[in-house]
Amino acid sequence: MRGIQDVLEAALRHRRDADELMLIADETAAAHVRWAGNALTTNGSVRARRVTAVAVRHAAAGVHVGLVGHGGALGDDLPDLVRAAERAARDAPPAADAASLPAPWRTPSWAEPPGGTSADAFREVLPGLADAFAAAGRRQLYGYAEHRVVTTCLAASTGARLRHLQSSGLFDLSVRDGDESAWAGVTAPDLVKLDVPALAAELSATVGRPGCRVELPPGRYEVLLTPSCVADLMLHLYLAAGARGALDGRTAFSRPDGRLPIGERLTALPLTLRSDPDHPLLPCAPFTVGRGTDDLTAVVDSGLPLRPTRWIDKGVLTALVQTRHTAAQTGAPLTPMVDNLVLEGGPDAPSLPEMVRSTRRGLLLTSLWYLRDVDPASLLLTGLTRDGVHLVEDGEIVGTVHNFRFNESPLSLLARATEVGLPVPALPREWGDYFTRMVTPPLRVPDFLMSAVSPAT
Amino acid sequence: MPDEIDDSFLALPLARLADAALSRARDRGARYAALRVQRVRSGRTVVYDGALRASEEETETGLAVRVLHRGAWGFAAVPELTPESAARACDDALALARACADVGGMPVALAPEPAYAAVTWTSPYRINPFDVPDSERAELLSHWCARLLAHDSVAHVLARASAAQENTYYADLGGTSVTQQRVRVHPQVLAVGRHPRDGGTQTLRTVAPPVARGWEYLHGEGWDWAGELAGLPAHLAEKVQAPPARPGRYDLVIDPSQLWLTIHESVGHATEYDRALGQEMSYAGGTFATPESAGRLRYGSALMTVDADRSAAHGLATVGFDDEGVAAQSWPLIEEGVLVGFQHDRASAAQAGLPRSSGCAYAESYRHTPMARMPNVSLRPAVDGPDTAALIAGVTDGFYLAGSDSWSIDMRRRQFQFTAQRWHRIRNGRLAGQVSGAAYQAETTAFWSSLCGLGGEGTWLLSGADMCGKGQPVQASAASHGCPAAVFRGIDVVDTGGRDG
Repeated sequence: MRGIQDVLEAALRHRRDADELMLIADETAAAHVRWAGNALTTNGSVRARRVTAVAVRHAAAGVHVGLVGHGGALGDDLPDLVRAAERAARDAPPAADAASLPAPWRTPSWAEPPGGTSADAFREVLPGLADAFAAAGRRQLYGYAEHRVVTTCLAASTGARLRHLQSSGLFDLSVRDGDESAWAGVTAPDLVKLDVPALAAELSATVGRPGCRVELPPGRYEVLLTPSCVADLMLHLYLAAGARGALDGRTAFSRPDGRLPIGERLTALPLTLRSDPDHPLLPCAPFTVGRGTDDLTAVVDSGLPLRPTRWIDKGVLTALVQTRHTAAQTGAPLTPMVDNLVLEGGPDAPSLPEMVRSTRRGLLLTSLWYLRDVDPASLLLTGLTRDGVHLVEDGEIVGTVHNFRFNESPLSLLARATEVGLPVPALPREWGDYFTRMVTPPLRVPDFLMSAVSPAT
Repeated sequence: MPDEIDDSFLALPLARLADAALSRARDRGARYAALRVQRVRSGRTVVYDGALRASEEETETGLAVRVLHRGAWGFAAVPELTPESAARACDDALALARACADVGGMPVALAPEPAYAAVTWTSPYRINPFDVPDSERAELLSHWCARLLAHDSVAHVLARASAAQENTYYADLGGTSVTQQRVRVHPQVLAVGRHPRDGGTQTLRTVAPPVARGWEYLHGEGWDWAGELAGLPAHLAEKVQAPPARPGRYDLVIDPSQLWLTIHESVGHATEYDRALGQEMSYAGGTFATPESAGRLRYGSALMTVDADRSAAHGLATVGFDDEGVAAQSWPLIEEGVLVGFQHDRASAAQAGLPRSSGCAYAESYRHTPMARMPNVSLRPAVDGPDTAALIAGVTDGFYLAGSDSWSIDMRRRQFQFTAQRWHRIRNGRLAGQVSGAAYQAETTAFWSSLCGLGGEGTWLLSGADMCGKGQPVQASAASHGCPAAVFRGIDVVDTGGRDG
């Protein structure tokens, strides 16, 4: 069988009237297993292929772009796909942000074969789960494990030949005992070294902790946000940080005079929000891959090299997510979206247990759920706490509190945070299926607004 | 050709793929096995202030084999449509079932369903959206932008239209083989307004729902686009200058363009039986409605009767057969305020001891395992009930709200918060200007128990969601929700604008 690279090379030769042609192939192999109430429920082994064809045509009225995607076996369909993209580029009016494809380059791995995975990725997870179910007693285990390997190859008529292999492992476990519950999520390139019984035992100890159940009214509380909570909040901030949306006047980064708020101080803490394709723990693609155009990416930008990028540097906003079009419009540096995100404070950051020990009275939140935009102009979100709100008094966890609904903005939380802990790889719980490569610290916020009590347990 | 299944899908070697996978499964002793070939075509056009931003299209095709073997499920999906790959996928699914059976647990059983041999079903439409040239799609959206930008109150307009066509072939060991086709479209227009003095922005979105229709919908068949677009600038001008809401308890008259989403979240998801069994506990969540509560749980006031169906005209969940070969049905969920039913797939129907599944299994694509997904779930109007103006006239101190916006509900489907596109103050039975930043918060059964007025059929609207997520790996599905305008007494309204409330 021919490799995907040969297939793409052959397809490029089918270009007829497009000035430029780009093909992006994603080969996916994934396996997943899910469990509930100490029993496996569903599972799957999935292979998928997708090729996105982008035809660019320069004409008097502007630059026309045709984008057509094909998922499934490749067979003889690629010439048809190229035809369809060229037809779309002829038919569509010029696109506002369109431009020539980026300057060509090559990744050293271009010619390598695609990666794979199978249910074999769970050879240690499945027996581990069997042991954890057997040891659960009256506790109930729920969760999900996934291993996914996506090999992306990008070839363009301009000469670009780029390849990236992304391996993503995700493990999500909750343990319930009556009205009490605990949760942990793991994000890592694979699940080989995962000790499932140990993780289950750790969570079981949390739900079995002695202490009382405490009723508290809505209001402002000092909270400790775990790295997972911070990951979910920072992901919302990242996805709202497109220069496009800011220039359109639709986001919290819009200003009435139309300028971008780059250079504005967001927090007095020395917080840095950054991305790095070569991050040692959670590396990601070193080039832009857009399979469509939205607030954050432009498909004609696919293939741009990515570099370490600081979005917030020691508390000051230094970059928004740019396309070539928005960067040219604003004169700002070209800083495209990168597929990982790190938030960190200064050196000597305390661990979460140390932050608990230095808390006089506060709430420790395990995870957040159902975060939704309430007001994009301030990035105000609503959401709920989930699987463990713990009351901390004089440095110790003394009880468990019901869940709360809150209305808060990640921007406002960064501005009000008073302490940053040690960053660790953290799974954003709600969007763990979409963006998993995050390294975030715990945060202390002295006045987190709980808007209502949720009776859900 | 409308109402006929695409020839290009029928030209796939569907029966040969089924033979290859099912004969292998039969030989290996699988209790249940199904082959599904699914092709999903999706497209999207986005226009901003009259200029094209995106015009995209994708078609994805592949096959999946799902088996029940030694009491455990196994599932494998591959892109190649050959008999060899179908047989290999069957082997992979059987191997997964064996590996999972070794971990232990209660064996899975399925509720029976009659066999349906070589049946077909298509959703009605007149113009296939994928037959409309890109230029024509962009031109229509640009025209909508221009119409709105002619008003001083509108600073920017984002107009978009998405479309989907799903073709599914399903065949199982029981002898069922079903070929189906569904088409849906979702146009949306978002207008941005700017405060004349402080420059602050507000957005207002059209409330036209996604529907199982073709491109004719954008030409006005099934929706008054001209009317809605004509009304938008004045509403936006008022919203931009609207004062914050004063928190408190109010009577709410809720337009069906918002109430559908509250039904979706607080009734639709809450009556999914897999949630009641705890199968979504670590992700999408559970429900307060327990398996034992059917026939006993007081869900709302006696005005509340909610039906589930897979047959509503132009409904997003309307289909002939589900992805487990179960024929479409209609059934009650809530009768006069009492919970009477749930939503089932074949496994959960067997667990509930029911003779038959209600046909809710659905998979987003060939890559996804079928799971219990929401049918159309709709609130009945009052027979000879009043119009919206009469409902508003009956409220002295409250709000009339329209258009879904933000939503969030807890993991037992109890405490929720919703905002709306427009909040109009009601004083002494009359509308008295908009407010901004308001949300309503309530607990599901308290909210539905406060239902004290229902509009008649003239207020009834079928809205819906085409991007509802559930399951791991998460998959999207589409479902419609019909409801009349309705009045709820004494609901907590909060000001989300950061002022404690």
